[in-house]
Amino acid sequence: MKKIFALILAMSMVLSLAACGGSGSSSESQSQATESQAESAAESTEGGESTAASDFKVGAIYINSKNDTAGYTFAHHNGITKAMEELGLDVNTQLVIQDEVLEDYDQVSTAVDTLVSEGCNIIFGISFGYMDALADKAEEYPDVIFSHATGYKSNETNFNNYFGRIYQARYLAGIAAGLKSLELGNNNIGYVSAYGTQYAETCSGINGFTLGVQSVNPDATVYVKELGNWADEVNESAFAKELIDTYNCCVIAQHCDSAQPQIAAADAGVFGCGYNSDMTADAPSAHLTAPIWNWNVYYHAAIEAAMTCGGAENFVTAMGGPAYYGGLNEGFVDVSPLTENCDPNTQAIIDAVKALIASGEWDVFSGTKLTYTVAEDGTVTVNKTAGALMTNDGTEIVAADGPSVEDGVITGTMNYFVEGVKEA
Amino acid sequence: MEMDKLGVVTTFVHNIVVYNIPLLYGTVGEIMVEKSGSLNLGVEGIMAVGAIFGYIVGCYANSLAVGILVAFLAGALCGLLFAALTVSLQANQNITGLTLTTFGLGVYFFVGNGVKAISWPAMNDYANIKNGFADIPIPGLSQLPLVGRGLFTHNLLVYLAVVIAVVMWWYLRHTRTGLRLRAVGENPGAADSVGINIKRYKYAHICLGCGIMGIGGYYMGLNMSGSFSSSCWINGYGWIAVALVIFANWNPVLAILGTFVFGFFNTLRVSGSSLAAAFPDVLGWLAKVPSQLYQALPFIITAVVLVATSIRKREGSGLPASLGLNYFREER
Repeated sequence: MKKIFALILAMSMVLSLAACGGSGSSSESQSQATESQAESAAESTEGGESTAASDFKVGAIYINSKNDTAGYTFAHHNGITKAMEELGLDVNTQLVIQDEVLEDYDQVSTAVDTLVSEGCNIIFGISFGYMDALADKAEEYPDVIFSHATGYKSNETNFNNYFGRIYQARYLAGIAAGLKSLELGNNNIGYVSAYGTQYAETCSGINGFTLGVQSVNPDATVYVKELGNWADEVNESAFAKELIDTYNCCVIAQHCDSAQPQIAAADAGVFGCGYNSDMTADAPSAHLTAPIWNWNVYYHAAIEAAMTCGGAENFVTAMGGPAYYGGLNEGFVDVSPLTENCDPNTQAIIDAVKALIASGEWDVFSGTKLTYTVAEDGTVTVNKTAGALMTNDGTEIVAADGPSVEDGVITGTMNYFVEGVKEA
Repeated sequence: MEMDKLGVVTTFVHNIVVYNIPLLYGTVGEIMVEKSGSLNLGVEGIMAVGAIFGYIVGCYANSLAVGILVAFLAGALCGLLFAALTVSLQANQNITGLTLTTFGLGVYFFVGNGVKAISWPAMNDYANIKNGFADIPIPGLSQLPLVGRGLFTHNLLVYLAVVIAVVMWWYLRHTRTGLRLRAVGENPGAADSVGINIKRYKYAHICLGCGIMGIGGYYMGLNMSGSFSSSCWINGYGWIAVALVIFANWNPVLAILGTFVFGFFNTLRVSGSSLAAAFPDVLGWLAKVPSQLYQALPFIITAVVLVATSIRKREGSGLPASLGLNYFREER
């Protein structure tokens, strides 16, 4: 009797574990399904064109589960599926996913081998640490296109990288935050960031946001607290509360995954700017706007280019270069719709700055500062004044009226905070 | 900006309590389990199970009390599973505990993602939960400078944790059943020979202890405002709780102190730079400590504590002599 009972208990535990581990194994079963379908498709179209849309296969390597309902992997998965639907590709049969792949050379290599053997024409890797493995695999499989998010390696033919000018969207969010601080008469703004100056990505984000804040409220200070981790929900909440309690911050911006900083802001009755996706639903009483990514914009462009460029070796040329760096103009980054918590003039000012960036005359990191005059009827005039880009310890980065900082610096080597940033 | 120095310290003390009370629940629950002679390494998983069921059911019922009860029951059910496997079926306690952790985290994500796919209950929509979890200043004491807000202005579940710890200390020390429980943990054979029902004692106290852990998990969920994402609310607290049991020398009241000590180092990471800014002369160096060291600190302390306590003489140790050993009557 005891043994039977033990057996039943053990079975139930194993079964429930298997149910929970479903996300990992389902990709395998899905790929098996796609394989058999691909075989039948290959038979039916034997002798036909190999790049027909119905034969085209997209491979994707994710760091988390494809079943996530929020966060980084979720955003990319949404982008890929949306782009494929726009291009008339079938997500169920033409997308092969390897998910929960760690940033480990061997794991990534194995994932690539699997995707190539499944017949993928283009493979996207979404995490920074996939870079070296993808670079080597791009040499090994010259007929397959490799595309890597957030990295800096590439080649002349079948391997590119992609990232976006999120600092432009952060500048716009900074305008919303700065106007709110003026309205509240409180010059302290908080910023919960995964990292500080160690990564150009976080650093340029903080700087872009701060320049936006200061364009409307030159007296404002942005207090930055660094988590030292890309995802740490408990401390994301704690840090935001600390910024509110100790530094009396009236707006909380963030560069981290969860909506905890926004929820903390709502609980304390202050305001906030989320990140990655519109976080209004998480904190309706606090949220102003969030800098967001529209990953589907890149995925659409890349998959379309891959389908039409006539061979993997032409991909980089078709994409116009080895590093895709889209911004507001491409719609790759944007700010989420402004909420009613925002100052009434925010929309008009943001639209005016968007137009200026679209004209190509100005960008965020330059020797030209913007100020805005709002007429009685609500029309906004953007005034450009010469002003050096200074770090917060008084070093001049760009002289007054000087040119914009180069893209390579923004993506790779920026390691200083601009005037107005204070580490908290 | 002029820093409110007193405010910085008060916030620091307040945060130590707010963010580390789950440790007290986990530790006190584990003390109860271990006093019965069972080593349960599944604290992390049990807290996760208590958290997810307590939160979801509590929200649907719009009642903090229901949430606490369900979290307790969910934790106790995990305890029942553990007891059935280790007490009745004599399974290895270490392995069963570790399995329970994996199992509990699996259940957490399985249930959480499932509910989220339909509609996730947001804590702000449930006024009774939100208000029930709000801070309740203790009259008089909360007016004290410095510690008034730091120690005596907290939510119901914080006070409940302290009450549970004190009651459990009294129970283990001063009641007949408490004495018998300790006997079961020390020498089940001897306890059995004087007519104590070993199985009943083990089952009851494992379930009770695991239920308490479940409430700790629920607290964690509420403290995160019930926002469910890709990382678990418990975030490793269950593991620290296992070590805290040793730090507290199996004494629930010492566990309160232990929670503070661990909480102090845990919270330094959040408040270190604020303290440095408020007291640049004395604590300025805190800002220069790399955040990675802060992250590692609680675990370094854990290691130090384990080394220190294992050097300490067996004399006076609260370690139940039969901890981790299954009791099988026929082998007596």
